[in-house]
Amino acid sequence: MSSELSGSPVPPEEEPALPLSRRTFIATATATATAATVGSVVAAGERVRGPAPLGTQPVAPPGGSVSLAVNGERRTAMIDNRTSLLDLLREQFALTGTKKGCDAGACGACTVLVDGRRVNACLTLAVRLEGAEVTTIEGLVPGGDGALHPLQQAFIEQDAFQCGYCTPGQIMSGIGCIREGHTRSPAEIREWMSGNLCRCGCYTKIVKAVEQAAGAT
Amino acid sequence: MHPFTYTKVSDIAGALAAGRRGGRYLAGGTTLVDLMRENVERPSTLVDISALPLGEITATAGGGLLIGALVRMAEAAAHPKVRATFPVISQALESSASAQLRNMATIGGNIMQRTRCPYFRDVTAACNKREPGSGCAALGGFNRTHAILGASDHCAATHPSDVAVAFAALEANVHLLGPDGQRSVAFADFLLPPGGTPHREQAVRPGELITAVEIPAHPRPLASGYLKVRDRQSYEFALTSAAVVLHLRDGVIHEAKVAAGGVGTVPWKLPAVERRLIGERPSRALWAEAAERAADGARPLEHNSFKIELLKRTVERQLRVVGDLMGDAA
Repeated sequence: MSSELSGSPVPPEEEPALPLSRRTFIATATATATAATVGSVVAAGERVRGPAPLGTQPVAPPGGSVSLAVNGERRTAMIDNRTSLLDLLREQFALTGTKKGCDAGACGACTVLVDGRRVNACLTLAVRLEGAEVTTIEGLVPGGDGALHPLQQAFIEQDAFQCGYCTPGQIMSGIGCIREGHTRSPAEIREWMSGNLCRCGCYTKIVKAVEQAAGAT
Repeated sequence: MHPFTYTKVSDIAGALAAGRRGGRYLAGGTTLVDLMRENVERPSTLVDISALPLGEITATAGGGLLIGALVRMAEAAAHPKVRATFPVISQALESSASAQLRNMATIGGNIMQRTRCPYFRDVTAACNKREPGSGCAALGGFNRTHAILGASDHCAATHPSDVAVAFAALEANVHLLGPDGQRSVAFADFLLPPGGTPHREQAVRPGELITAVEIPAHPRPLASGYLKVRDRQSYEFALTSAAVVLHLRDGVIHEAKVAAGGVGTVPWKLPAVERRLIGERPSRALWAEAAERAADGARPLEHNSFKIELLKRTVERQLRVVGDLMGDAA
């Protein structure tokens, strides 16, 4: 933990030789392990199945292409009609900042903005989003350069998270809450942020962070 | 989730044609997509109606409101006309779900939403609503949140909507458009008690589309409000709730419309409470006496008898709150 604190000085020569981020490492390791264990099963399956008789090829589930703007960038994807916006963002666009919690509209971890409104990405069918404008946690500060949105900065200053899993959803919802003008009191913020659960229980500090950012914008 | 075909319609005629072919209308999707993921709902065709011109709120002659079926819950709640004329609707909406869900869900979808009974949502449990004839796991199961009013031997699931309780109190009408043309159904007849057919929940005919919910004109000045009691303060379904609408003339209650949520298989109008109020002068004693009739006819299950007293207190408190508002207006 302590080595992750931004304030702790790390001499350059002690930096790891490989520029692997935690996510890249996990993704690479998982893919390698999966390939190693599943490869033979797939091969065995192919042998057993053999060439498919004519007319019995599995029919692809209904789907098609959808074209939408994500964080200002036009994206087109081929999707199954069942694909949620959440899975489209995470699995096809590799925008894994948006989190999957309950996948049932009950926790708010997947909150993103669609055409400026905060919504649950898990209950949004991607096929419906032709021409839509989607903003995720990755797109809050156009241009990047490590700059933070005032609400992201406020979450850091107020120490408004522990595990951090709900944080992107909290921040996207907080931006909606501020835009909608529901930040006139801590009680109002709590009510209008109630669609975002935090199992670490950081609610007091989350309210303070939203309050801080609302005052700053 | 079972595979489905998807079609987006751009006009009412297209929607009705797709509905006639058996397509399932998709508005906000917050209930339907969730239940499809749980395999409770398995439509083969979804007809996206979000582009239809049903997203307006208009005043009717005489002081009523016509709320388009595709008006989002958040939009309806914040609408100046709704806030000014029927605060009970705004309050019911804003105590529902979460800000995100209210940005997605529509008024038409809200009154079409299905129960939150956990046995209905669990495809391994017996549920006559989901699988007619399979039985009801709630009647002999954990039924703390279930109905004390309107249940049958086949189902005791509550209707989950808050705004439907306000619509019931205000005696709204549901406007429908279908293959046989246009019709209007009184809200009291729109949501169906379970009886022997709990799988039939709304008086909607195959292929029919909800176009609007009409709130009739009520005498002015009108005081109204909604109170919701639940296990946590926000983002939870009602254990009990009360929608209260009062009109005072010459110091006497001239109109009283009261409905309860969380306790009935459908939003539950309370005519015995209303009758006790009409013609009387407001007082603390009157609110208590009238609320004593709120649970008339209740038949609690093993775990929910607490709702009887809770309902009476909910109604009494909201009569007092709205009664005080009326005092301010008088």
